[in-house]
Amino acid sequence: MDPVGILVEAGRAAIGVPAAAYALSAVGLNLQFGYTGLLNFGHVGFMLVGAYGMAITVDQGGPLWLGFIVGLALAVLLGILIGIPTLRLRADYLAIVTIAMGEILRLLVRSRFAAPLTKGVFGIQRFADDFFELNPLPVGRYGVGTLRFDHRTMWVVIVGWVLVVVVTLLVRRLVRSPWGRVVRAIREDEDAARSLGKNVFAYKMQSLMIGGSIGALAGMYLAIDQQNVTPDAYVPLLTFYAFTIVIMGGPGTLWGPVVGSILFWFLFEILDGLMTGAMAEGWFGTLLESTDIGPIRFALFGIGLMWLMAYRPQGLFGSREESLIDGR
Amino acid sequence: MLLAVPAAAGEVIAIQGTLEVIDGDDRSPVPGVTITVSRGDEVIGTAVSDEAGEWRVIVPEPGAYDVTLDVATLPEGVALTDPDRSVLTSVEVRTGQDKVVRFNLGPGVANTVDAWNRIWGLILIGLKLGAIIALCAIGLSLIFGVTGLVNFAHGDLVTLGAMLAFLFNATPLGPGWHLILAAVPAVILSGAFGAAQELGLWRPLRRRRAGLISLIVISIGFGFVLRYLMLVAFKGQPRPYADYAVQTPIDFLGAPIVPKSLVVIAVAAVILVAVGLFLMRTKTGTAMRAVADNADLAESSGIDVNRVILGTWVMGATLAGLGGVLFGASEQVQWDMGFRLLLLVFAAVVLGGLGTAFGAMLGGFVIGVAVEMSTLVIPAEFKTAVALGILIVMLLVRPQGLLGLRERVG
Repeated sequence: MDPVGILVEAGRAAIGVPAAAYALSAVGLNLQFGYTGLLNFGHVGFMLVGAYGMAITVDQGGPLWLGFIVGLALAVLLGILIGIPTLRLRADYLAIVTIAMGEILRLLVRSRFAAPLTKGVFGIQRFADDFFELNPLPVGRYGVGTLRFDHRTMWVVIVGWVLVVVVTLLVRRLVRSPWGRVVRAIREDEDAARSLGKNVFAYKMQSLMIGGSIGALAGMYLAIDQQNVTPDAYVPLLTFYAFTIVIMGGPGTLWGPVVGSILFWFLFEILDGLMTGAMAEGWFGTLLESTDIGPIRFALFGIGLMWLMAYRPQGLFGSREESLIDGR
Repeated sequence: MLLAVPAAAGEVIAIQGTLEVIDGDDRSPVPGVTITVSRGDEVIGTAVSDEAGEWRVIVPEPGAYDVTLDVATLPEGVALTDPDRSVLTSVEVRTGQDKVVRFNLGPGVANTVDAWNRIWGLILIGLKLGAIIALCAIGLSLIFGVTGLVNFAHGDLVTLGAMLAFLFNATPLGPGWHLILAAVPAVILSGAFGAAQELGLWRPLRRRRAGLISLIVISIGFGFVLRYLMLVAFKGQPRPYADYAVQTPIDFLGAPIVPKSLVVIAVAAVILVAVGLFLMRTKTGTAMRAVADNADLAESSGIDVNRVILGTWVMGATLAGLGGVLFGASEQVQWDMGFRLLLLVFAAVVLGGLGTAFGAMLGGFVIGVAVEMSTLVIPAEFKTAVALGILIVMLLVRPQGLLGLRERVG
């Protein structure tokens, strides 16, 4: 086993594309779940419509910037479609409908019916060449020691973290405005907010749409990095990565999702490295095969999510005051 | 690696293919057709073509196999271009790669089932699916009723039941009992697992006054733990039970249907009636309904709420386990079968009314039949979407469900 190698790989994930992408995704979810108390279990659906909206637009001959707008518009539309039947009802109805909607969207882009646009199970590739042509970095490898990115990845990483910071600052303006105070009031006590004459439904809807658009942005960012969208990448698991990140960092805190994402990917990669190393050393004997590492990692991830929610629902570092998602 | 979904285990070889009707430039997939792979008299495996017309059967080792397409399962208007080519003999499978075989299909009238009989056939299949959904939905709905928890891990209890039966039925580790015998310990262990879950996880969490949202997220995490541990234990490939895997359809009042589907409907009907009588006629059942209706009122009239909740968990998990065995017998056993079913179960529970047992039964059958009937007018790949459509319409017009109470939803 190579502890330095494992640490370098974990560090690469923690400052690299996955951490930036999921930080962005989690910022969106945090607005919905952390600030407004909306139980959106279909965040992956917003990532999907963002990525596919962009990929299809470019694939049909449109420019990348138009694809970007289409992706965001689809996310807003999806928010409205999900919100109308569920936002007047209790939290669990939203959870049921959103998790179902995420799966239906995956089936839809996978289907033969949509294949002329989405290319079915094969997905769409190479739609983000315009993005990489903008890369100002000269060819080379950037970083310290063995932790280096090539110029292509470095460009994606820089754009990613700039996006994360810009979006987080926008969210800060939002949540510190009167609008932000109302959505937090809704999270704490919906009836109280309503009795003050606030249109709770409209505020929830806005939160769902804005958070969803940020999720779509994260989906586009991931798709650009991979130059690839395929339906089966958008499994419900992605939603719960974002949930774990939000809860780790502290729901309803501004930089929580960012810290959470860095920490999450660091731990996730360390776990992977340790298990792969232990497997190579033969610690598991014949009990486990190398293909079992992925599933075991997901099972441990589930345990982590349960533990966090049961013992640290306010986040690893948070105080209990600001987080009353346990209200009911 | 970022978006990777766990793939199937290492060195497996299989025979696979895609069933399509080719009509000029037009290709349309043919789902729901049964393909059987055999060697001599021994049936190796069976598969049903999916929404994309794709099917795959794992074979144990390289060699020559016979591949049979069950003509009776072809949908109306589709036939083999050469009717004598429904069996492909001596298909050679080599190491390291899947063998692809092809059945040539074209528009045809080999199937003489008329429109009415086709609808009747779909109703029967829908009743079978509905029976399975109903069994799984009762537990979900009652557990919600008595504790307020929407259990997102309920689908994985379904998978657990199916897998326990597989353990006793078809693995070298188990005794190799006949499926009917293997179902008994599987269902009992499922119920015991429900009790263990309540005592070890949910009761302590309630004592800590964990909120509704916390409990839902914890159930999601618990579902991941169960599902992926079952994937490690079972691997990714779907596998059939040792019994009843392949059956020849019989004619039932005009519609072709495999006998096991009729058995599933009958077993589920008996169990559902028994559950109904239990809830209406026994003291424990009445207590369950009372707690589901209003826990505080029930407690103040002297009902031991914690005991009732424990009983509800045992009953719900037992029924889910039984649903899993029936689901596995009717299709195949796979690590995520319950999670895939969960969306249909949710639709059924919301349709019938969250928290009600009879609503869940009714909702199960309505969803099952509606989902299967929908294939008359829309492509089969959107079956699940139909359930979601019903769910959304219901939330818009009557959010409390068919048999639910208004105050629950607010």
